[in-house]
This record gives sequence, C-alpha cells and structure tokens, in this order.
Amino acid sequence: MANLKLKDVAKTYGGTIDVLKNINLDIKQGELIVFVGPSGCGKSTLLRMIAGLEKITGGTLEIDGQLVNNVPPAQRGIAMVFQSYALYPHMTVRDNMSFALKIAKKSPEEIEKAVAKAAKILQLDDYLDRLPKALSGGQRQRVAIGRSIVRDPKVYLFDEPLSNLDAALRVATRIEIAQLKETMPDSTMIYVTHDQVEAMTLATRIVVLANKGIAQVGTPLELYERPNGEFVAQFIGSPAMNLLPGEVIATGPQTTVKMANGGVAVSDYPTLDSDMGRKVNVGVRPEDFLEVATGADFIFNGKVNITEALGEVTLLYFEKEPGASDAVIGKLPGIHSGLRGTEVKLGAVPAKVHIFADGESLLYR
Amino acid sequence: MSPVLQGFITIIVGVGGCVAYFYASNLILDKVIFPARHDDHGRNINRATMVRPWLFLFPAVFALGLYLVYPVVGSFVRSLYNRAGDEFIGFGNYSQMFSEEGFRTALLNNILWALVVPAGATFLGLLVAQLTDKLRWGNFAKSLIFMPMAISFVGASLIWKFVYANDPDIGIINALRDTMGMGPVDPMQIPFWNNFFLMVILIWIQTGFAMVILSAALRGIPEETIEAAIIDGANPFQIFFKIKVPQIMGTIVVVWTTITILVLKVFDIVYAMTGGNFDTEILPSYMMDYMFRDDGRATAVAFVIMIIVLPVMVWNIRQARKEMR
Repeated sequence: MANLKLKDVAKTYGGTIDVLKNINLDIKQGELIVFVGPSGCGKSTLLRMIAGLEKITGGTLEIDGQLVNNVPPAQRGIAMVFQSYALYPHMTVRDNMSFALKIAKKSPEEIEKAVAKAAKILQLDDYLDRLPKALSGGQRQRVAIGRSIVRDPKVYLFDEPLSNLDAALRVATRIEIAQLKETMPDSTMIYVTHDQVEAMTLATRIVVLANKGIAQVGTPLELYERPNGEFVAQFIGSPAMNLLPGEVIATGPQTTVKMANGGVAVSDYPTLDSDMGRKVNVGVRPEDFLEVATGADFIFNGKVNITEALGEVTLLYFEKEPGASDAVIGKLPGIHSGLRGTEVKLGAVPAKVHIFADGESLLYR
Repeated sequence: MSPVLQGFITIIVGVGGCVAYFYASNLILDKVIFPARHDDHGRNINRATMVRPWLFLFPAVFALGLYLVYPVVGSFVRSLYNRAGDEFIGFGNYSQMFSEEGFRTALLNNILWALVVPAGATFLGLLVAQLTDKLRWGNFAKSLIFMPMAISFVGASLIWKFVYANDPDIGIINALRDTMGMGPVDPMQIPFWNNFFLMVILIWIQTGFAMVILSAALRGIPEETIEAAIIDGANPFQIFFKIKVPQIMGTIVVVWTTITILVLKVFDIVYAMTGGNFDTEILPSYMMDYMFRDDGRATAVAFVIMIIVLPVMVWNIRQARKEMR
C-alpha cells in the first residue's frame, strides 16, 4: 500500500550503454500501472530495478517516501510474479507460498493463516500439497500470485505474467487479476506486458516506454484518444493508426489540412497562424474511417487491395502509395462485400482526426 | 609376418567381418527365411521386422554374455573351490576369510573409504562449482582443479608420496613440522589416520569430476527461482541450501554413487603408497594379495566386493535414468 516515486531514474550497462534514462514517474497508492513498449525498450529492466534485482545506476527510487536505491529487494516491501512463474520445483504449493514467511521467521500459526487466506482467494485449497509439476500452467501462475499475496507487500510487480499461457487461459487469468485488484483496492501494482489488450483492460494508467525513456503516461483512453506523438498513436490500437501526409491550409480552433493525395481533412486540433502551410501528418485510426458519398470531401481515397470480412467489421487494405511506409487500413462496421478492387473514398469526423508535425502531436505544446 | 601387417589384417578381417555379418544375415532373413513374395508377403515382412533387432543385437549380446556373465558365474564357482582348484569346499573360503583379522580390517577400512571419499569429493566439488560460478577466472580455477582427473592413480600416489615423505627436505608435512621445531613423522605409519591420508589422494582426484558435473547442474537451475528467493528474502546460504541444492539433488546422488562405485574398485593407491601395511588394507588390495597365490580366496573377495557395489550401482542407474527424464 504505497506510493512510488521515480526521479531521473537511469540504467547504464558497463558505464557506456544507456538502456533507460530520465525516467520520472509518480505512482499513487492503489494504482495499477502498466508498462508497455516494443521489445527491448527496457520495460522489464525498469521493473527489475524497482524490484531491486537490477542496480539503479542513476536517479532515485522512493517507496512510501523512503529512498530504496540501495535497499535489498526483500526489504523494499515488494513482491514479484515472474513470466516463467519461478516456482520452487522441489517444494509443494504450500511450501512455495510459505517460503518467504519462513525466511522472515514468522510463527507457524501466522504462516498457516496467511497461506490459507491466499489459497482461498486463488482457489488453490485443493492443491496445497501438490508439487508445481503436477499443476497446469494457469494453476502455477495462481501459485506464483499466491506467493506474492502471502507476503502482503506494498507493491506487486508483474513481469509479463500471462505470456506463457495459451490464449483462452490468458483471457481467464487476465480477468482473475482484474478481480484480484478489485478485492485489494489499496495495493499498488506494476504490470509489464507487450499485450495491448492486457494494458488497456487492466491499467489505471499506462506508461508507454520507447527510445530509452517514457513516451507518454496516461489512462488507457487518454492514450487512445489523445496520443502525444506518432509513436504512441501507432503503438496503441490495432491495427495501427494511419498517418497520411498533408499541408495546413486553414488554422484556428479547427484546422484544415490539404492532403497530399488530393483530399481534405478537418480536425478539432487547434492551430496557430504560424502553422499555416506547415507539412504535417494527419492521423486517422482505421476504425474512425467512414465511407463518404461521391462528390463529398474525403481524407483518403484509394484502391482496395484486400478485404477481410470478420462479420462485425470489414477490414480494407489499400494499395500502398508510392513512398509511403505502410499501406492504409480501414475498418468499417458491418459487412461490405464487393469492395475489393474498387476505388473507395474515406472521411472522418473532425474529433477523430489527429495532426502530428515532426512526429509530435499538435495538441500538446 | 610383421606386426604392423598383422594388425592391418586383423582390422580388415574384423571390420569386414562385422559388415559382412550384418549385410549377409539381413539378406538371408529377407530373401531366404521370410521372403516378401507370394501370398505370405505381408506376414513375412512383419515377421522379418520382429526378428531383425535380435539379429543385429546378437553380436553385442553374445560378447557381453561371454565376457561378463560367464566370468561372474565362473568366478563364483571358483570361489567355492580350494586354493588349487581341485577340491570343492563350499563356502569355506568365505567363512575362513571372515574369521581373519586382515579381512575384517580391509572390510572396515573399505566401508570408511566408501563413506568418506564420495562425501568429501562431492562436497568439495559442489563448493568449488558454486564458488567459481560467477568468477571471471572461475574457468581457470576449474581447469586446475579438474587436472588431477587426468593423472593415473599410481601417478597421483607418487606425487603424494612426496607430500607425505618422511623427510623435511621433500615432504611438505614434515617441512612444516620442521619449521615449528617438531621432529619428523611418517604419516603413512600413524595408525587409523593413515587411512584418511590415503583417502585424501582419491578425493583430490575425484573433486574435479564432481565439480564438472555439479557445475553444469548449477547452471541448469532457472535463474528466476533464485531471483524469486532473493525477493522472498533468502540470504546466500539459504539460497544455496534451500533453493539450489534441492534442485540438483538428483545430480548430487548420481555423482555420489558414481564415486562410491569407483572407490570400491580402487586398489592402486593403497598398493603404491603402503602396500597394505600399517592396517591400511582395503578389499581390492586385499584381493590383489591373494590373486595368483590363492585364486579361491581372491575370487571370494571379488564376490564380496561385487555384492557391496551392486545396490549402489542399482541406485545410481535408477537416479541417472530419473535425471534424464
């Protein structure tokens, strides 16, 4: 039950290789913070630094106002759930869960009580005397979580806890974790994942890590609706947001952009007079595209290369424009047959049109 | 005929004979005994497939039977006969042996060896494996410690003869005593303890073996379980004894029993160092004393050794199999 404060935290290997730098983050008690980012962005490293398994080479980490940079992991009041579960294979479920308490020299009654309570929450009562090898993947992960619960830590750390589970179990365990968080509203949790759905569904706030630092921090919908740059815009949401080049032709509380391929985009993003004529990228999420009638204003127009009919939505993959890095993707609600190979014009409401200049959103400046 | 030519001919005949055996026997099976022809071809193919493994295994099974099973039975029979081998005396050799002081000493010493050497070598091997695990020069230290493995037991005994030499100018023990102003002693003649001085030699040799196997086992422990233990608050000793050692227990047992089996076979060290004098006799060297003089007695000792080794062997193989799964 604690606040965490990371100030200018940095990680350097061998004095020269920067992995993370300038990490500033305030985590409030009761929050479930999710670290996401592309692989290799250092999200697991950051978690391990909070845990005390990796040395913090710069900046300070405070838990509950106490500087813990040099405090050993066991005294930081944290508990960690590993991707590979990391259960002790030679111990029964009961012994796995009580190990930390035995090390801390708690009384047998106290240990028994804590284990029984955790086992009840996680429905592990029937498995207490089994060895980990006699458990399924989901049960093992529950034991790993139980091992954290018995210690009653201030901060729970989860390192990609669901990535070793199969798809169905992942969904079930994700919901269990969400329910667990509900039952312990005061506990602070930090959760590392590369799975967007986990991030969006579990997080109080998401921390997007990129380029050795924090790209953006915000609630899941903040990041979705108001990304601060092209990276976050494309990282959150699937399929990724389309970015289309254009030039600002009208400024004010609303902005009009003339698209490079002939269309016109109107956005609710405000602009200054000095932005007139600026080269920008217009961002529209595939699901925000609307089909527009012939003759009306459109943002994008192109030939449909492939369609994927999923029933609830139809995905349109357009032919890649020369010079563009990605093909434009549209996601129209409902069933649209016969669009393949045809020219389609797409628009969007101004509230859903994002504008980025030099990779940064024009909303944040 | 020159020996080189003789060797060549032997190799050609031997290898050629093997190839010819497998080829010809396979051909005969397929074409003559169970030919895949006419109405019976399906059944014949099945029958040939069932016979084939036994056909190919036959040379190995035959050789093992001839050189392993027959000697065991033969030795046992021989141990029931007198010294000259012409008179059946039942278990006479055994009963006489057990009533003898020398044999009882050898048996007791051997039990001591079988307890101390595997324990010592495994413990030291584990210690070295753990201590050198994360060191930069750990591999160098490990190669040094492994080196005695390459020395023959007699060679090792010669080295240690210098260490134990009853002369302050040669032996390190007496050199140390000399600097402290104490008179020279012969460690090989200190009753009871001289056994341990001999065991040290084998421990010195076998620590390298234990270290190599246990070092690999330690590396195989998932790093996360150790990190989890660190977070759970375990100190390095608790991590070693409560997390690491239990996880490699199977390997420890295999190493332990393998060394035990070796200990029950070693005679060279005692033979070269003391010749079995000063109450340092162990069973294999005791057997050597009687070999060629009293084969009835010697085979009886061999049998006692086999009976002691057998349960350790069974345990060892079982544990090793379990490890492989």
